[in-house]
Amino acid sequence: MIVFTPRNKPSKNWIFLAPTLSIILTVILGGFIFAFLGYNPGETLYHIFISPFTRIDRISDVFVKACPLIIIGTGLIFCFKANVWNIGAEGQFIIGALLAGSFGLLFPEMDTKFLLLIMIFIGFLGGALWAFIPAILKTKLNVNEILVSLMLVYIAMLLIDFVVRGPLRDPMSFGFPLTKAYPEGALINKIPIPGIGFLGQLHYGVISVFILVPIAWVIINKTLLGFQIKVLGSAPKATSFAGFKEKRITMIVLLLSGGLAGIAGVIEVSANMGQLQPEISFGYGFTAIIVVFLGRLNPIGIILAGIIIATVKLGADNAQMAIGIPKVVTGLFEGILLFFLLTGETLQKYQIAWKNYRS
Amino acid sequence: MDALILTIIATSIPLLLAASGELIAEKSGVLNLGVEGMMLSGAVGAFGAVLWLGNPYFGIIAGAISGILMASVFSIFTINFMTNQVATGLGLTIFATGFSGLAGAPLVGKTIPSLPKIEVYLLSDIPLIGNIFFKQDLIAYISILLIILITFFLNSSKPGIVLRAVGDNHNNAHSIGYPVKKIRWLATCFGGMCAGLGGAYIPLLLTPHWSEGMTSGRGWIAIALVVFASWIPWRIIVGAFLFGGITIAQFVGQARGWPIPSQILSMMPYIATIIALTIISGRFSKNKSVVPESLGKPFVDVA
Amino acid sequence: MVNLKEPEILFKAHKITKYFGEFKANDSINISIIKGKIHALLGENGAGKSTLVKIFYGIFKPDSGSIELNNQKINISSPKLARSHGIGMVFQHFSLFPALNIAENILISLDKKISFKQLILDISELSKKWDLSIDPLKKVSELSVGEQQRVEIIRCLMQNPKLLIMDEPTSVLTPQEITSLFKILKKLAKSGCSILYISHKLEEIIELADQVTILKSGKSIATINPKKTTISYLAEKMVGKEIAKLKKISKKPFTKKIALKIINLNKQKENNFGTTLNNINFEVNYGEILGIAGIAGNGQIELMETLSGETKCKYDKEILFNNKPIGFKGVQERRDLGIETIPEERNYHATVPDLKLHENTFLTCYQKYFATKNFFSSLFINPEYSLDESIRIIEDNDVRCPEKNPFASQLSGGNLQKFILGRSLASNPKVAIFAQPTWGVDVGAATLIRQKLINIANDGKAVILISQDLEEIFHLSDKISVINNGYLSDIKSIKDITAIDVGLLMGSNLNSSNENNII
Repeated sequence: MIVFTPRNKPSKNWIFLAPTLSIILTVILGGFIFAFLGYNPGETLYHIFISPFTRIDRISDVFVKACPLIIIGTGLIFCFKANVWNIGAEGQFIIGALLAGSFGLLFPEMDTKFLLLIMIFIGFLGGALWAFIPAILKTKLNVNEILVSLMLVYIAMLLIDFVVRGPLRDPMSFGFPLTKAYPEGALINKIPIPGIGFLGQLHYGVISVFILVPIAWVIINKTLLGFQIKVLGSAPKATSFAGFKEKRITMIVLLLSGGLAGIAGVIEVSANMGQLQPEISFGYGFTAIIVVFLGRLNPIGIILAGIIIATVKLGADNAQMAIGIPKVVTGLFEGILLFFLLTGETLQKYQIAWKNYRS
Repeated sequence: MDALILTIIATSIPLLLAASGELIAEKSGVLNLGVEGMMLSGAVGAFGAVLWLGNPYFGIIAGAISGILMASVFSIFTINFMTNQVATGLGLTIFATGFSGLAGAPLVGKTIPSLPKIEVYLLSDIPLIGNIFFKQDLIAYISILLIILITFFLNSSKPGIVLRAVGDNHNNAHSIGYPVKKIRWLATCFGGMCAGLGGAYIPLLLTPHWSEGMTSGRGWIAIALVVFASWIPWRIIVGAFLFGGITIAQFVGQARGWPIPSQILSMMPYIATIIALTIISGRFSKNKSVVPESLGKPFVDVA
Repeated sequence: MVNLKEPEILFKAHKITKYFGEFKANDSINISIIKGKIHALLGENGAGKSTLVKIFYGIFKPDSGSIELNNQKINISSPKLARSHGIGMVFQHFSLFPALNIAENILISLDKKISFKQLILDISELSKKWDLSIDPLKKVSELSVGEQQRVEIIRCLMQNPKLLIMDEPTSVLTPQEITSLFKILKKLAKSGCSILYISHKLEEIIELADQVTILKSGKSIATINPKKTTISYLAEKMVGKEIAKLKKISKKPFTKKIALKIINLNKQKENNFGTTLNNINFEVNYGEILGIAGIAGNGQIELMETLSGETKCKYDKEILFNNKPIGFKGVQERRDLGIETIPEERNYHATVPDLKLHENTFLTCYQKYFATKNFFSSLFINPEYSLDESIRIIEDNDVRCPEKNPFASQLSGGNLQKFILGRSLASNPKVAIFAQPTWGVDVGAATLIRQKLINIANDGKAVILISQDLEEIFHLSDKISVINNGYLSDIKSIKDITAIDVGLLMGSNLNSSNENNII
């Protein structure tokens, strides 16, 4: 029988081995599932994993797609490290974008070069506000944050649907559920590359990743808050022994992650849509959860993980166009990947051996 | 009036089934957040089977099997590989959403016959009550029977007591010789079966066609219902009908032209879930024995 | 007395070896148990006693070795099989289910089919026969520790065992309960049931056992007749010569200066598993050790958390330190004032297992770190700051580490406790409050820890010792009090109270009376 023996010190080898092995195993298993469902596994896997790297503009689109995942994921690191399960980032993303967008649309006189910054700030507040609901319920009344944050995703989806079809609908939209286009100052432009022009959808919003991720890294590794989060996540009682305030930390991590999801929402809409529409997120909030696990709760790891997952997302789009596989197939990969990653964590904590008992 | 009550019942059945299954899993200490995913695969399995084999009764079997298969995936990872139950449950929902979407892609746009109603001889002729209680479909009868059986099982049968013991303290259950992992496997698979049945009910009776993510959060509401019911089976009936009623109220509202936007009405079940959780959870922090003590904790077998 | 008749061997284990990963928990252990006799298994924490008996009960599978019952080789691969061979076991921390009632608890450990009605009749009959009164329909979560043990024993007796294994049964009992347990065990043995009695308490073994096997580091080093030996011989065998001969430091008399005073402290329990603290009053002087005895779960944890500041008081003046109210002060503020607490749980409460020792040091001294920084540099932290201090703690307290700066999870219980103690004392506190400081610690470390307690009291610090080990309480304290169901008894000087008195206070029902809580 297989025997697990706890290691008294986490295995270092598995830290890198686990994600690498997980990806390889996921690709292999995915291939089998495609074959089982009657698709050509080689062709499908090519479209999903390789095609996004076949053209330079596609490569830049991978970065564009990774951008919201990385930003949301960065926020979720705080939560997951503290063992707080915010799974409603999707809703926080939507509310951030919705509030910021509404501001830009309702106050056109604010259209200056600072509008975007103001909107990002509002987006942060909006996402944080949406995360504040599970946070206050958890800290004051001990309500499970998983279910509350998830319910709020559905509510947020309905809310933006209502706003876009109702109060903020552009009367000139010919019945389409769309708002007016954002004012100039609310838009994020594409980055012009000298000699080439634009590189796919590559836009200035990508820069935010290189600002937010280092800040998150510093908070986690170099501040008392980061230390407190780590302690809360692995030994909640030690938190109170040290004199840290458990509820305050819980509140902060939820607000931070909500806020970052909100920022991601603002950037996504300002850069890629330029107006509000009923669907602005395509499961980014949920996908980011996988990104966080693949990136091993490490801000730097998350950049890499975001790029890998974005590749699959874009690859699935390509596969849909090329061979008609529905793009929900990404969920399949994400799920399997998460299973393997979690198993990797077990192997990091336990030694596994085969034991043959005689008796 | 009959019609209204019947629609409420029909809306409640999937929640009722999924929540009863989750209750059993949670009583054994397994927190499976993949209910939404298991319901989705139950729905797609049932839809495919009926389309392929023609008879809606095959949908029941296929739905149950699909749910069990998904629950097995969850069991392998959480029980055998001791992975985090919250994350794995989430992963299962993501996985099953993708899987059902992929498997269901060829089914989009097709319709299936719905499950026939079974009239109980004579009883179905009783005015009002007859229509509501004795002119239901097979799954509806099963679901009520299930609650009765679960109540009996947990309170008065030895295997039921063992199941509660495992959920109360898995190390002690292990040390007096019960196979904790096997019991949890079975409980989780039972949960998967119920969720699969609940999912199957949606295409078999509510909307006779397949669409991606057609369970629209019912799985999550079912998990909340278990909390709402404080892990007591009969209370799930109350909770499920309450939520069924709220969901139907939104359609009634739309039909009668209440001056409230439809989206706001559609939020009602989700808002109600948050409110219900808030009211109930406050009490748990005072009365801990309601929640199965080892819920969500992995059992580590040092042999 | 010499037995002329060849003794009848009931149970024989031959060369039992068990590994956990690389660690050899049992190393070729032999043991023979005679029918109708009480056989003791003596050894300190970590000697391998629990592992061995879990093998006998089928919970663990040995890597090699064989077991014979009545001269026949048997296979015990599960507790169910063990029970079918007539082996029963009472676990150290019990194996009951708090959410179930007594009858349900007993039902699920029975392998035969039985109706619920018959079960209840059988339980009442047995409890009458062995004088173990219980109410079969009561929930286990409502039982005292002593009652829980009765349930465990009845559960074993239901299947007419030939061999009853008892793992450290007295560690949670009052002296009175111990006496009645011993009566039952002797009666059982007389009726023909063999008993394997696991303990690290020497007096008990001499009083109770017919034979004793001593385990050390996983090996059986001797089997002797305890009636023909002395406590000191057993002690030396169990822990080794050097530790047994450590000299004792005597306690100096204490001052008349009050360090900490608790006045009418009340604390409502947070949930139905907790204990409400009722009108607690006591004071402790500089240089004094106040021992608070009591069975676990009677409010010790709540008291500890109120003293440390982890839960706040209702009124500021419920706790006075040097005559100033500190009831509203938090953990860090109290630590800065010089009040250190060492909680009962070493892992996950006093330390974070996944952090290295220097980070665990930083856990309690980050305030000091910030005090040295200006505003801007205090935005950032550097746990390396504590590296030197943590190395000093390790060296000064003889903390044995597998590597230079290990994770807390890598230390053994005793070494971790030495580290925690050292960490608290490094800041030179004025008041030190210990909860179960030697619980689960090997004898060597326990001896060192107890000496340290006396040392710091001799240094003039006020010490509160919360412990369920009566021997420890009597050995160290100047004054003694007992906590029972959230009430604290009158404080008595060590000279004015006996172990019997304390036992009575631990076991009696103090629910309704708090009149005698006057200092």
